[in-house]
Amino acid sequence: MKIAVCVKQIPDPAEEGSLDDATKTLKREGKLILDDSDAYGVEMALQLADSAGGEVVLVSMAPNGETNGLRTALAMGAESAILVSDPALQGTDALGTAKVLAAALKTASPDLILTATESTDGYTGTVPEQIAELLEWPSVTFAKSITIDGDKVKVERQTEVGYDEVECPTPCVVSVTAGVVEPRYPSFKGIMAAKSKPLEEKTIADLGIDASQIGWEGARQEIVDVAEVPAREAGEVITDEGDAHEKIVDFLKEMKVV
Amino acid sequence: MPPNTQDTDLLDIDDILSEEEILLRDSVRGFVEDKILPNIASWYEAGRFELDLVKDLANLGIFGMTLDGYGGGGARARAYGIALRELEAGDSGLRSFVSVQSSLTMNGIYMFGSEEQKNEWLPKMASGDALGCFGLTEPDAGSNPAAMKTNAVQKGGDWEINGVKTWITNGSISDVALVWAQTEETNSTGGIRGFLVPTDSKGFSATDISEKASMRASITSEISLNGVLVPDEFRLPEATGLKAALSCLSEARFGICFGAVGAARSCLETAIDYSQTREVFAKPLAALALTQDKLVNMATLYSNAGLVAMHLAALKESGKATPAHISYGKRNNVAAAREIAREARSVLGANGISLAYPPIRHMANLESVYTYEGTHEIHTLVLGQKLTGHSAF
Repeated sequence: MKIAVCVKQIPDPAEEGSLDDATKTLKREGKLILDDSDAYGVEMALQLADSAGGEVVLVSMAPNGETNGLRTALAMGAESAILVSDPALQGTDALGTAKVLAAALKTASPDLILTATESTDGYTGTVPEQIAELLEWPSVTFAKSITIDGDKVKVERQTEVGYDEVECPTPCVVSVTAGVVEPRYPSFKGIMAAKSKPLEEKTIADLGIDASQIGWEGARQEIVDVAEVPAREAGEVITDEGDAHEKIVDFLKEMKVV
Repeated sequence: MPPNTQDTDLLDIDDILSEEEILLRDSVRGFVEDKILPNIASWYEAGRFELDLVKDLANLGIFGMTLDGYGGGGARARAYGIALRELEAGDSGLRSFVSVQSSLTMNGIYMFGSEEQKNEWLPKMASGDALGCFGLTEPDAGSNPAAMKTNAVQKGGDWEINGVKTWITNGSISDVALVWAQTEETNSTGGIRGFLVPTDSKGFSATDISEKASMRASITSEISLNGVLVPDEFRLPEATGLKAALSCLSEARFGICFGAVGAARSCLETAIDYSQTREVFAKPLAALALTQDKLVNMATLYSNAGLVAMHLAALKESGKATPAHISYGKRNNVAAAREIAREARSVLGANGISLAYPPIRHMANLESVYTYEGTHEIHTLVLGQKLTGHSAF
């Protein structure tokens, strides 16, 4: 079984990001790292490939040829990677991203595509289903576990109250909920092996994509305004004079928590 | 917002690392941040070493990382140093565990063992399926190991070993102990020989030293060998004389040069972070000149120690590192880390004595590191001899 995992390389969330004044989008200069939320999909794919046999291929896009995050996922154990890198990708919106990824995924001919539910820098959460629609494949969202059973996958799909058991024929697209597996830390041997793993770079022309469909020109989504997150209000300090527990209970009742 | 490494290291030393070394650094650092830091204070307080960590460390590929073959990773010295540096930013006990498993025991077997011994022990030690310890120090023989009383006497084809070893990291959890003992063998380098003693051998026992105020998240044992019989095939054939044991120590000391820098980073980052959020006289502690003086002194010691470690790695990789070079690094870097830990503790004021913050833990740990693997004083004598030609031992 060939499992493709869509991964995104994003600015390190541990460092303070800044927005481009003109485009109101996140500046993506400098080193990019593997989005943490994608590490779960990579781990799940590696576990599936270990148990069911098969290989894991990564698919990513970036305007500037960045490979750092892909190297991390290759060091975790994926066999190869496809990076769509083209200056024309700058400003591509969610649907444009899905078009590019779907085209790149087609070239890999996977049996199963895993994605995160959303990226940590964009948070649109729409790309997985858009990819499925573009490929005309079924999709399952919010997987907490996946097992391969012949020509179908059995998915435990997380819901607010528990989980649904869903079966879906392959090929299909499954988005993986963050935190459901423990992503492995790249080992020293994995890191050294990643150096020589195939990482194929493609342009949009290689994929036969019309430049007008992507980038700023193709974006149908526009960020019209951005605002600072309001500062958190200071909490109330309750000094214990023997009745602190009552005050806390009253407060919780007022909040309708208890 | 806590400072990133670039802010803490005034010389941006990690800028010279390769892409792979940075990936390794980030992988080990991520492991420490996720698995060690949230738990280490409670493990430390409880005096517990978490055995579940063994598999995690093996999966990172750290055991036998520099060995060629036998499950080793074939890493260069600097990469191994970086891994140990990041582990000790978690806790010196964690780094000590790896130093004993990897630098002392696996390396000892790799350098001095027979092909059979290497095949028997190294792959399963690399995968964490077997643990090892290193028995050199005795209750009455520390800095002068040549005075060891543990002895091995040939009885037919076997060796009978008797003696006591103490301050043995990993002693009670090990599957094999590399025990150094006096024999009646004679050659120019003396009669000390190394034996691979399975810890389930009759007459072998290990008792943990529990009343410790340092290295509490690490297992330290006393080992008794009462008429332990091992076949001659368990003797390390290439280890003739004390020099063999000392060359294992050189490997471990190299790792300590890097490890100490990790402990120092943890303390320095904590001090900077704390000084920016703690207010005194209506301004951040960090805005006081006295605090800045402390922080700059700490940061200078830290970056200098980092440079020493990198230089030692370069010497080691080019085959030029001498025991005196390693003594310089161990002596300088541990003393620097110890000083940084103490100063960080003072920046944190009363909170500095709480295990909720790392400096007091590192400070207590570094007292052990200051003394083990060649005391600070012994390394001073090594360097004194190097400069003057006079041995003051």
